Formats: sequence, C-alpha cells, structure tokens
Amino acid sequence: MATILTVDDSASMRQMVNFTLKGAGYEVIEAVDGVDALSKAKGTNPDAVLTDVNMPNMDGITLIQELRKLPSYRHTPMLMLTTESSGDMKSKGRTAGATGWLVKPFNPEQLLATIKKVIA
Amino acid sequence: MTIDISQFHGVFFEESFEGLEVMESELLELDASNPDTESINNIFRAAHSIKGGSGSFGFNDITNFTHVLETLLDEVRSDKHKLNQDEVNLLLSTVDCLREMLTAARDGTDIDQAQVKSIHDELERALGNDSVTEAEAEEDNVVDDNDSEAIASALEWHVHFAPHLHLFQTGNDPLRMFRELEELGTLTSAANLSKLPPFNKYDAEECYLSWDLVLVTEANEEQIKEVFEWVEDDCELSIEQANQQEASNVVNVVADKAAPISEDADASKVEPIVDKKKAADKKAGANNESTSIRVNISKVDALINMVGELVITQSMLSQFGEEFDIKNIEKLNEGLKQLERNTRELQENVMQIRMLPISFSFNRFPRLVHDLSNKLGKKIELKLSGEATELDKTVMEKIGDPLVHLVRNSIDHGIEMPDERLAAGKPETGTLNLNAYHEGGNIVIEIVDDGAGLNRDRIFQKAVDRGLIKADEDLSDDKVNELIFSAGFSTAEQVSDVSGRGVGMDVVKRNIHDLGGVVEVKSEAGKGSTFTIRLPLTLAILDGQLIRVGTQTYIIPLISIIESLQTNIENTKSITGDVELYRLRDDYIPVVRLHSIFNIACDSAKLNDGLLVVAEAEGQKIGLFVDDLLAQQQVVIKSLETNYKKVEGMSGATILGDGTVAMILDISSLIRLYREQAEYKTSSAMNNQAA
Repeated sequence: MATILTVDDSASMRQMVNFTLKGAGYEVIEAVDGVDALSKAKGTNPDAVLTDVNMPNMDGITLIQELRKLPSYRHTPMLMLTTESSGDMKSKGRTAGATGWLVKPFNPEQLLATIKKVIA
Repeated sequence: MTIDISQFHGVFFEESFEGLEVMESELLELDASNPDTESINNIFRAAHSIKGGSGSFGFNDITNFTHVLETLLDEVRSDKHKLNQDEVNLLLSTVDCLREMLTAARDGTDIDQAQVKSIHDELERALGNDSVTEAEAEEDNVVDDNDSEAIASALEWHVHFAPHLHLFQTGNDPLRMFRELEELGTLTSAANLSKLPPFNKYDAEECYLSWDLVLVTEANEEQIKEVFEWVEDDCELSIEQANQQEASNVVNVVADKAAPISEDADASKVEPIVDKKKAADKKAGANNESTSIRVNISKVDALINMVGELVITQSMLSQFGEEFDIKNIEKLNEGLKQLERNTRELQENVMQIRMLPISFSFNRFPRLVHDLSNKLGKKIELKLSGEATELDKTVMEKIGDPLVHLVRNSIDHGIEMPDERLAAGKPETGTLNLNAYHEGGNIVIEIVDDGAGLNRDRIFQKAVDRGLIKADEDLSDDKVNELIFSAGFSTAEQVSDVSGRGVGMDVVKRNIHDLGGVVEVKSEAGKGSTFTIRLPLTLAILDGQLIRVGTQTYIIPLISIIESLQTNIENTKSITGDVELYRLRDDYIPVVRLHSIFNIACDSAKLNDGLLVVAEAEGQKIGLFVDDLLAQQQVVIKSLETNYKKVEGMSGATILGDGTVAMILDISSLIRLYREQAEYKTSSAMNNQAA
C-alpha cells in the first residue's frame, strides 16, 4: 500500500489526517515540522507528501523546495494544506514545486478524495 | 467511508487552549509601538492553527471569528497595519472570547453571542471594514450564484490543454486530470504529438504533449476549471462551450487568476456534521477538563524500560523458585534487592506520569498581574522562576485558586501605589516574584512582593476587635502575621473587587492544608512580604514515620514531625488532672497520649518508658507519646472516606509490607480530638503554652 509523509505542527490535525489515511489503508510517516519531515524524508521514499504550510522551524513551502532538490522526490506528488486566506501561498507553493493543495477546512472524505487524485 | 471526527476533538481543544496561552503571553509582552516580528508570527500561527482546526472539526462560528482575527494579524505581520495599545488590549479580549467559545464548544454549552459579535465588529473596525453586514450579504450571493449554475443540462465542452514542459516536475500528471474529467461525464481525447522532439533529444522528465478534449457533462465551467486548478499556471488552457459559438464564452484560465475556488460550497457541505456534532456534545455535556493528561513520550519510554527490567528480574526469581538450592540463597537475595529497586523505580516513574511543570499554573499570572495593575493604577513587574518544577496534576489543579488569591492579595494589599513607593524611596515599579522549587519530598512555592509588608498594629487591632485575641496578649511578630489566616479576618478597610471576594485567607490556608501542605508568611514592614507554600509532590504517596503504640502501628507524616526525643520525667508538668505539659527548651507543649485518645493498650503509661514525637500542625506543637519509633518509609495512601467513612484523627490508611493495615495520623485533626477530650482543661493548657 502507498506510503504518505504527513507534516503538521498541530497535533489534532495530525491525528485526524493520520487516522483517516491509516483507516483508508495507507502507510503514514508523521512529521511535526519541515525540519523533522526533511530528516525523515531522507531515509524513505513515500508515494506522496502532505504538508501544512504555516509551521515553526521550517514552513511547508521551504520543505517542498528542499524535497524537490532530492533526486528521489523530483516527481513525488506534494500537497499543501492551506487556508483560503493565503491566496498567494498557492502560487508560492506552485513555484516551490507543489503538486497541488487541499483547502482547510476539510473533512476526512475530502482528504481521501484529494489523496486519490495523486495516488492512482 | 465515514469517519467520526469528534474523536479528534480532545486534542484539538487541548492544543487550541495551549495556542491561546501562547497568544496571551506574547501579547502581554508585546511592545505595540515596535512589535517583535517573531512574536507576531507566533501569535499569528496560533490563531491560524485554531482557525484551521475549528474549520476541519466543524466549529464554524469559531472559524468565522478567528478568520477576522487572522486577517488582522496577517496585516500586522506584513506591515500593512500598525498596532496600537488599544488594539493589543482588543486582541487580549479576543483571546478571552475565543477561550469562552472553545470552552462552550467543548462542553456543549451556550455562549454570549452579543459579546462575540461586539468583539468581532471591533476587529472588523480595526481592519477598516465598517460595513460588515454588506460583506456578509455579498458572500451569500456568491453561494446562490453557484447553486443556480449547478442546475444545468448536459453540454458539450471543448478543452484545449497544453502543459508547460516542466509540468511533471511539480508531481502533476495529465492522466490524473483526465480521470477526474471522466468522472464528470463522457470524455474523448486527442493528443497532439507535434512538439515531440527526435528521440536523441527526448527528455523523459519533460512534457511535450498537448491535448484537445471533448467533454459532455452536466457540470459547469467552474467544475471543469477546478480539475485544472493545481496546474493553471503551468499550462495553456481554454475551455469552450461547443453549443454556443460566441467568442465571449472562450475562457482563458491562465489570465483569470481570481478563479473562485468552490470553498463556499465546501463549507456548506461540512455544516450538517456541525449540527450532529453539537447535539452529540450536548449529550456528553460534562466538563472533560481533567480526564486526560498529555505525557511526554520520554516518560512513557522510561516506564516501558522499567517494566522490561521488572520482567527480567521476575523471570530470574521464578527460576530460583523452580529449582531451589540453599546454595543460591545469596543470588536469591540479590534478585530480591533488584526487585525492590525495580519496584521503587517503577513507582517513581509512574508518579512521574502525573507530574506536570508548574508553568501550567504560573502561566495565567502575567495576564492577571497585567490586568490588575492596570485596574489599580499600580506598576508591577512579575518575575517567574522555577516554572519547570513538576508537581502532581491533582495538586496543581487544586493549588490554582489559593495561588491566585495570594497573588491578588499581594497586588492589592502588598504593593503600594507608585507615588507612595517613590515617597518611601523605593523604585516606582513594584516587583512580584513567583518562585517554585523542590525541597526534600515537597514543592515550595513562594510569592514574594517588595510592598509595604504586613501592618502589625493594624492586624493586632483587628484581631482584638474580632475577638480572636485579647488586647493585652504579647505575641511574637510571626504569631501576629499568622492571624491573617484566621477565619473571618480581613484588614482591607474597604472590600475591593480585587481581593475582597468574600474568600478570606483562612480559606486559602484550609485549601492548602487539605492538600497536606502548609502556608506561612514572613513580612518586614516597608520591605515586603513572602508567602511560602509547601506542598507534597503528590497526594497518592506520603513519606511516613512508622510508630508503635502497644500492638498497633501508626504512621505520622514526616512533614509534620519536628523532632523525636526520649522523655525526661523532670520536664513534665501536670496541670489540672489529665493535662500534661512537656518542657521543650523554652516552650511548653501538651503531651498527647495516643493510647488514651484511641483507647488502646500500651506497653507502659510512664512517660520515661516511651518516646515523644514532637509534631506541628496549624502552628500548634504537640508531643505524641508513643511506645516506639519504627522505620521511615513511603506509604501509598488509601482513602478511608471512599472505602469506609471519615475517621477523626486519621487522614487515611495504608497497607504495610507484611500485609497489615496501618492508620495514617492527621495531626491537626488529632489536636482537635485531644482538645475535645480534654475540654476546658486543655484549652487553658494551650493558652499557657501560647503565652
């Protein structure tokens, strides 16, 4: 089954996202911020990355930029979790190499639908 | 697949409350004229998380409220908006309001909507949006438009999709979009291979193809555009309705950056969940506050380690048991010692799990001091130290109110007005220190102010007026200071709304005593006062001194014991029959014979044959006459009240190593019991001692 690297500094969002994904049969690697994600990413090769944008230590945009520099992450789908107020975040994310985004608030069903888009 | 998201609410509320604390403490330290970027970022991040979470978990009113807050903070963050002190105060009220909203959402209770609305409007005004209602009306219109568009019959759409070369490098795949389009209706596609380079120049990571798609669908243009939402900057895209040939219907998405994403539609999809959720919460009703605890993972790991070692020891011991040989007695003893060590460490580690840093309790004080000093027109600097000192969660919850009361008291009665301070040659700004540290098996919390100190004469006079003492009594300064803890004592001439809330210092003292702790005050006129609270680290375990009276074993809390001594009959004075006093250096203390209080047999009733354990409670020393002192050990407290009923003189019971039950003595309750038994004779003896 596909593995997804999820990155969020909010414990409740992490819990909700990870529970939902695991419930749908995905393997999940959890990280609490960009720095944590980057160090965890180096040892593995997930099928998709799902990251929050606004996080301490390293934000989601920088994380995507850094990940894209790694050879094994050149084509990995990377999704940002963003809010509607951060309109220019989307274009920043795209420039950084994000595949797409999921707009907060979202419910578990919307999350799974979005994940299914990028993991065939 | 449906997932019940209410199971994540606990963590959401917990982290939201933590977020509010971060916001509050950052706001309190914020210099409005020159805000620190990192502070603003932290405040923004906390608000942002609360908004994101509340939206996802279906608390839409919190989302809407936080949205305005977040927008304001975002403008501050990007220097579009300059904060002033009034707005910082508004943000603090916003934090309070959010806290109430979250509490209401958690407990399923109602909230003062008018207050929420007024803060919401104030935030809007700060943003320069005066016409709040118009904006809301507009939002509604957008939803309506979307709805009307959705009702349409099947139409044929021609889509031209020419991705830029680098499309694959964003992890996007045209196939995904085609699959999604297929879900909307019937799709036929034709690939344009004209840009495909010769094989030797072909780069597998670039996208050379473009497509012309024909989609027959009931979906509207927005829905088709949405499929390409993620790539709209990375392609040329046109969507054209085939049935109507007018050029005006050709939409170039690339140019149309402001393509509305159907968030309104999403939000409305979430709403039914909210209603269900609210109903469920109302049913649950009760306050969920203290039922869960967040534990650092390292503590859990330590516990697992300990259990691992315990299992090893256990298997080692059972091996000895199976093939026992007297030659192995040495090893058996070793194993038992190891077991003892494991058990002790395990116990300590389990206790650790309930331990939280006192910062949880201290965190509320910066705000309290800020608000109170503003209200009273005083200048006060709060200094915290030892915030990482840990104590039991239950103790922490119960010490909160007494601490608040003592801090309020220091601010209200202790620290003087700025002009008084200047006149007294002190710095204009008063200092309030809150310190916490471990000492022995206790946690000590100090509340130190550099105010005027306690007024001995006024306290003395008040105590006389209240009939607590006689006008001609000669009391030491400490004894006078302790009078403030007497029931019904208040020195404030006017009951202020700061500390005079009908709760006296006697309640503070009783609450602390109920936790097995003591509070004392030291004060120096003109220099300030220090309140010291000493609490056991946990309510579940107690360091006890085992004593023996006849065949019975009792436990005296070590914290109550001052000293133990061999009695010398020459130091004993008998007055009026039963009452005996023992001369302890310059002091006379009443001798409390445990065997007569509990009406049991003892080895010898002669004072010379036994020992005297000097214990203290509520400022009163007594000498407990016992047959023998046994070991000192930690005992696990079992409540008598829950298992039997409250017994005067006892605070609980414990089970000793040999399986027998021993009672834990409660010194202050023993003193009451002794007084009752000895009636007026004792009271006169106490008075003599006090004199």
